[in-house]
Formats: sequence, C-alpha cells, structure tokens
Amino acid sequence: MATVTHVKKACAVNPLKMSQPIGAALAFMGLRGAMPLLHGSQGCTSFGLVLFVRHFKEAIPLQTTAMSEVATVLGGYDNVEQAILNIHKRTKPEIIGICSTGVTETKGDDVEGYIRLVRERHAEVAHLPLVYVSTPDFKDAFQDGWGKAVTRMVQELVAAPPADAARDPARVTILPGCHMTPGDLDELRTILEDFGLKSSFLPDLAGSLDGHIPEDFTPTTIGGIGVDEVAGLGASSWAIAIGEQMRPAAEALRDRTGVPFRLFPRLCGLEATDAFIMFLSEISGRPVPVKYRRQRGQLVDAMLDGHFHIGGRKVAIGAEPDLLAHVGGMLHAMGAHITAAVTTTHSPVLAGVETDEVLIGDLEDLERRARERGCDLLITHSHGRQAAARLGIPFFRMGLPLFDRLGAGHLVSVGYRGARDLIFALSNLVMADTEQHHGATPDTWRVVDGDGAQSKGEAA
Amino acid sequence: MSSLSATIQDVFNEPGCAKNATKSAADRKKGCTKQLQPGGAAGGCAFDGAKIALQPLTDVAHLVHGPIACEGNSWDNRGAKSSGPTLWRTGFTTDINETDIVFGGEKRLFKAIREIIEKYDPPAVFVYQTCIPAMTGDDINAVCKAAREKFGKPVIPVNSPGFVGPKNLGNKLAGEALLDHVIGTEEPDETTPYDINIIGEYNLSGELWQVKPLLDELGIRILSCISGDGRYREVAYSHRARAAMMVCSKAMINVARKMEERYGIPFFEGSFYGIGDTSDSLRQIARLLVERGAPSDLLDRTEALIAREEARAWAAIAPLKPRFAGKKVLLITGGVKSWSVVAALQEAGLELVGTSVKKSTKEDKERIKELLGQDAHMIEDMTPREMYRLLKDAKADIMLSGGRSQFVALKAAMPWLDINQERHHAYMGYVGMVTLMEQIARTLFNPVWEQVRRPAPWDDPGNTWQARADAQLAAEAADPEKIEQARRAGAVCTCKGVDLGTIEDAVRAHGLTSLDDVRRHTAAGTGCGACASRVEEVLAALPALAAE
Repeated sequence: MATVTHVKKACAVNPLKMSQPIGAALAFMGLRGAMPLLHGSQGCTSFGLVLFVRHFKEAIPLQTTAMSEVATVLGGYDNVEQAILNIHKRTKPEIIGICSTGVTETKGDDVEGYIRLVRERHAEVAHLPLVYVSTPDFKDAFQDGWGKAVTRMVQELVAAPPADAARDPARVTILPGCHMTPGDLDELRTILEDFGLKSSFLPDLAGSLDGHIPEDFTPTTIGGIGVDEVAGLGASSWAIAIGEQMRPAAEALRDRTGVPFRLFPRLCGLEATDAFIMFLSEISGRPVPVKYRRQRGQLVDAMLDGHFHIGGRKVAIGAEPDLLAHVGGMLHAMGAHITAAVTTTHSPVLAGVETDEVLIGDLEDLERRARERGCDLLITHSHGRQAAARLGIPFFRMGLPLFDRLGAGHLVSVGYRGARDLIFALSNLVMADTEQHHGATPDTWRVVDGDGAQSKGEAA
Repeated sequence: MSSLSATIQDVFNEPGCAKNATKSAADRKKGCTKQLQPGGAAGGCAFDGAKIALQPLTDVAHLVHGPIACEGNSWDNRGAKSSGPTLWRTGFTTDINETDIVFGGEKRLFKAIREIIEKYDPPAVFVYQTCIPAMTGDDINAVCKAAREKFGKPVIPVNSPGFVGPKNLGNKLAGEALLDHVIGTEEPDETTPYDINIIGEYNLSGELWQVKPLLDELGIRILSCISGDGRYREVAYSHRARAAMMVCSKAMINVARKMEERYGIPFFEGSFYGIGDTSDSLRQIARLLVERGAPSDLLDRTEALIAREEARAWAAIAPLKPRFAGKKVLLITGGVKSWSVVAALQEAGLELVGTSVKKSTKEDKERIKELLGQDAHMIEDMTPREMYRLLKDAKADIMLSGGRSQFVALKAAMPWLDINQERHHAYMGYVGMVTLMEQIARTLFNPVWEQVRRPAPWDDPGNTWQARADAQLAAEAADPEKIEQARRAGAVCTCKGVDLGTIEDAVRAHGLTSLDDVRRHTAAGTGCGACASRVEEVLAALPALAAE
C-alpha cells in the first residue's frame, strides 16, 4: 500500500538510523559466552557500547580491533590477530563474532582470509568458533546488520545433519528480528512451551540482556543460546522467523539443514497473533490452551476499550522497517492513521505498511511531516523526545535506543497479552496527555483563528 | 427546621413537573422515587445525586460526613470542568469510625469543618449527610449552624442521605439546600438587563464553554450557572438574574420553579443538544430577557447569530454527508435526548432506524414518529439480547447510547459511541454537534470492528455467541408460538418485573379497563410509574385483540 521514498537531502538531521555493525554486534550478544568484536577504530565500538549500556542498563561485552590510521592503510591483519588472541586469553569466550565497519570495509580488509591465517598460525584458536559478518556502516541499517549476523551464525555454526538424521517434532527454532525485546522472547518461549514445544532462539537476548544479576562476573555475555545448541538446530522440526529481516537466515537454515520455516512479518495485534497461535496449534497437534483463549478475549476487549483513545489518532512513527510494520499493523487495526512514517532502510515489508508513503529518512523528516500533517501521537526511540516536546504531542518510546526510561528490555508487544498491554499503555498515554494539555477551558470553543476569525469579522 | 421527610414530600409535589402533574393525588404523594428493586437496582443513591448536583461548584469545600465508602470510593469521579478553582476536586470526608457511631459524630464533623477552613479558607463549606450519621442521629444542620456562627463563613448542610431514594431525588434535595441556605444571601456588584441563570447544567467535559462564547457575543451574561463551573458567590446572588434556562433534565426543576416563585425570575426548559435545540434555546433566552426589559435589538442580534452559527455548523457537517450515505444509526438514550439529536443526525445524511423510548413521554413518542415515520423501531425493553436483535434486525451500522448499554454493542462488535454523561467529548451547542458528527465518522469507519468481529480461529464458526443468538432468533422467527412467547415476555414494568403477557392475561381475565385496574391486579405501574403510558397502550390495543 505504501510507496517507499528516499529523502533527497545531503544532511541527515536528528538521525533515526543506527549502523549495521552494532546491529550485528547485538545479535552476537544473544549467544552464550560471546564477545562481539568490531573490526574498526575504537570509536566504532565505544559508541555502540555506550548506546547499549544506556538502553539495557547492563554491562555490555563489546571489543574492538582498535584500528589506527596506519593499520587501516596497511591492512588490519595484525589487529585482527591481536584482538582474537587477546580476547581468547583474557576472556575465554565460547565464540567471537567479528563485524567489519566502514573503515575496514573501505580499505577492503579480507577478514575471512585473516581468520584462516590466524587459525593456521595459532593452534589455541584453531577450533574457537569465529563468525565473521561483513557490515559496512555506510550501507544498510541496524536491522540489516542483525539479520546478516544471524545468517552468518547459521552458515558457520549450524551442523549440516546427515541425510537420515531424525528430527525432533517438538523442537522449534525461532529466528527473532532485532525488534523483538528480551521480554518478547520470553513471552514467545512461554507460548511455545504451553503448546508442548521446545524452543531454541537464535539469537537469544532474553538470556543475556534481560537484566538479571549474574551469579558470576563474566566479561563475555552472561547467557544466550550456546554454540553447541546452535549446532544442533538442524534437528528442529520447524523454524519460525519473526520479521522480514530474518528471511535470509531462515533460508540459510533451510538450505543447510532442510528445516522448513514460516515467516511472520508481524506479530503484534489480533490478526497476527491468531495466525501465530494457529500455526503452533497445527505444528504441535495440540488444541489452543484455555489460557490463550482467555487472553484473546482480553485482547479483543482491550481493543474495544482502547479504540476510543487510539482510533482516529494521527500517528507519526519513526522505526526500522520490521518494527514499523509490526506496531503499525496493530495501530491501523485500532483505527489510528499512520500519517507520517519514517524508516531507516529498504525492506520488502515496507510496501505493506498501512500508509501512503514510507520515507527512508531521519527524525527531522518525521518531525516536519508530523507538524505539517497535524500528527497527535509520536512513536519512535528516545531521540524523538525533543521533537515530541517541540510538537507538543504525546510520545511513546519504542525501538532502540530507549535511554531515558527504564524497562526497555521488557516492553512486550507480541502475543495476545503483549498487544493488550501495549494498547493500554498507548491509551493511557493519550488519556494523560489529554488531561494535562487538552482539558477544556472557557476559551476552548471560542472562535479565534482561521475561518472562524473571518466569520467573526463579518459578523462585527 | 423542616424535617427531611417534609422536604422530600415538598420536592415530590412539584407542580412544574409535567409528569407529576398527570399523576393522581395518591401517586403524587408517593413521589417520583422509583421503588428500588433489591437485586435489580443499579442507579446511584440520593447522596450521589446531591453530590453530583453541587460538586461542580468549584471554589467550595465539599465535606462528606460519613464512613469512608461514601467519599473514599467515589471522589473526583465526575467529568465536570472548572475554569479556575480546584478545591472542589479535593476529597473531604469525616471518615467516621465506630466511636463516632456509638457516641455521635457531631464533634468530629465540627472539627473537620474547622480544619478545612483553617487550611483551605474556602468561601463556603458544603456538608453532605450520609446514611450512617442520619441513622445515629447526627444533626448536621445544628453543627453547620454552630460552625457558621463560630467561623463566620457559610457552612451549608446538604441533607440527602443515600437511603432516602435515588439519584434524581438527591439532585432535588441538593437544590433545596441551595434554596434554603445559599440563593439570595448575597448581592452582585452590578446587574445588567442581560443576566441569566442556567440551572441544572454541570459543565461536563466543559461543554458549557461550547455555548458561552455565543452568549458572550450577544452580551448575555451568565450571572450564575447552577452548578457547572460555578462559584459560591454566583449562586448566592443568582436571585438577581432576569431570566433562567432550566437544562432539560428535570433534575433541578424545583430550583427553577421556586426562584420564579420567590424572585419572579421566569424560566424555560431548554437544551443545548442539537442544532435546532440550541437555536431555540438562544431564542428563548433572548425573548425572556427582552420581555423583562432588555433592549429589543437583542432579538435581531440573536437571529443573526443563529443564522451564522447554523450555516457554519451545517457547512462543517456537509463534507461528512457522502461518507454517511446509507449508514444507519440506532439511538439508545433516555427521554428527551432521543429526538433532540435526531435532526442533526438526519441532516448529516445518517438514517435513523430506531430509538429507545423507555423514559420518553407520550409526546416524545409522537415526536419520534413524526421524525422517523411510523415504522421506526421504538425500543422499550433494553435486555442485551433484545438489543442485539435490534442491532441485527435494524441492520444498524452504529449505536449511540449511554455508557451502560455500551457493552451490548461492543460485545456484538457493533460500532458504538457514548452520548451520555460518561463521555469524553463535549457535544453541546453548534460546535458540539459538529464534534458529535466527526466522532460518529471516526467510530463508524474504524477498522477495529472488522478485527474484533473475527471469530477466534479455533472456534467453530457455528458456535459463537452471535451465531447462537442468531440461531435462536431464527428459530423463534420460524415458530409463531415462540414469537408470541417472546412478545409476551417483553417487560412493561421493570420496577415490579411485570411482563406484557401477565398484563394482557389480567386484562382479559378480569375485563380491566383502566390503569388503576391494572395496577391493582398486576402491580405494574406501582413503582416509578414510568410505564403508565405503556400500560395505557396495552389497554388501548387489547380490545382489538379481543375482537379477533
């Protein structure tokens, strides 16, 4: 329905987008004992580090090859070698995920060649899982980096099963997009369990960045899916990909192991959840548990209660393509109008977003469109706060980073329950805003502006 | 001091009330208090009614003398708006305990009044009596009098404990408190020939402000609004107004009538709901003021303003017409409102397929027939299943109703818009009617309905709530006996739970011919009396049945 346009301006103002290497790095943080490594200058890593620390409010394992000017020109082999050896020696990771950056991609470092050389030269890391993903900053966006990293994990870590290998009918692989919070993953895990399905999430941020206090200090990730478990994903009976960004990973898994997949481009709201629940019922051969029958009723009721507040709202959304489609679908179903939509990167999912135009742009574009089109609800990540203040409209924080509120990791939007609570949160925000800023006054309906003033002039 | 029961009798004997005037002497004495049916009552109590009526006075401290339930469970729950003071939204209660019940709570009440005056220094304190201190015999009139003398401030007793009757009675008792203790106790700084009172308007959602700019433009001053966005002093000097408008609910008719009696302030009953009604009310205000000596150019200026505002409102509604084409509305609301918005709905191109007539008088019903034609669905009975059937039968696209029936519409996944008190939007005057039309459009075209109508994917589509209701309706439709059964099961008197069949049988068996006969034999109509006209219709219809 939406046409996708690209903003034609030289200067991005108030960026919405973040770079793909840190998207890839975040994906690696969903592996147990992992150390993501950005092959680039120190700054590439430290900005990402600060961003994730502010978002998750947790210690973040993230390392750098610390490319200097000279190393960049001469090639980064030494830095990659040093980084791998040092990380191996100091932090004993189960896996190192290496992401290229703009600097090293511009130079054209052959990181895969480097890794082969390092393995040959250093027996101690010969069998250490090392997964490399090419993620130049100057191309694509955060969610692309995430998707590419997961694809590479599948290619490198999943064992190709022998032709006669048995599948476990109860085992399901979930390939969640980066718009799924740790809270979402836990909700999905619970739902699958209730259908008697054993789920493996690749990656699994719920284990690592759900904000639990670890039993032991560890410089690598404190949880997530283990490399051994990833290797065995080929025994799954099904893979479920969440978000269009995960299609390449799902295809890679299918090509490598023959595991069929079903992709859910959206998982927020009644229709999407119905489809998801029915799929689980189908593959598990079990009826839908009473719990979800009740939750569905609760969601329907929440939609009826919430539509008074959300219906008719003109919403400005700034989000990555999959999150935009995910939450946009729910809002549309509630009668909201997606009046301004700005996203970060191209994706097939954008064409289906329920709006006229999706702009690949920045928060300045979003703010201007929101102002021109009279939007009265802004949904984007925390950097939208200034725009919201200038626009004087209620602001719902969604996406990454969320640095000025707590609980970013536990904002749940999936499942009947997640959609229900999201509808309540949005409705409450709108109600609070109405109370604070739009209470009736004796002058609310006094005609003072626009054509009203004209007709008043005529009358006088 | 007149006793509470004497006051109640006085309130019941309301000559200004058309409904009351048609009653027999005995019925009148019984009053308009609906006999509450244990297990079947859902309305508010008299205390609730009194509080609702007076709480919109914004600069007053409203002190509830009673246990925590009366105020603690209910404070700050109304959508009235203030243009300034916020004290009225502060919950004050004596929160009496066992000791107060045993030894009396008067001392505590007096101390509470003192604390409020010391801390908040309001222009007046209103003290609300509740059931328990009324039972134990706390004399709030005496306490208020003592406090008034001690602190030199008006302390107004509002004697309307919950158990004396329903909300509507409480409204009137609140009016009595104003008449006895407030109105006429102060003088305005100045008066003008354009001073009016608006009585029974609570400024819910701030809707009075949808009309006030028009009055301002005409130079008409609201000397006092009782009680929306009101101030104590304004009520105290309201007896100097030249004319009054009583907003159509009969809640405060006693105030309007007694002010006419005592101070010679003529009043009319009007409404600012609907475009035509707003214009009529403005005309009436202008007419009364001119009759009382205001310059007669006011009439022309009013007509000019009406012409301009009506044109503007219709122009704002016009763009919605194409979208409304072929859309059908079911209107479920009490009494007079049933037809007061009908004209606007029709003008916007909506087709009205039915309206409730439960609280409507015979005249209301005639008017509805005039507006909707003879075939209009007039809904007497409001059981959810019946309403669902009407929604289906009428093939309505949207239902407009009060909050209480919303769940039928919502559960039937029928677009629904709140047009009674609990609503979030203001629908008064010309701008309000435009807002209503915009809200209807917004609701009608919300895709959420299509979503929530989808059955759960694991459900057998033949076994949903709606499918079962449909099947039952279809079965009934096919079976003449069941149609007759359903017809006879329709409630006539909800107070006493008497259905149509019982009345018809009694009429046939005993050859009853009058309302009183029916009352004696079936108890129908011995509650609130609202069904009297319905019973008369049954009586009128029966000879025809008998002749068959």
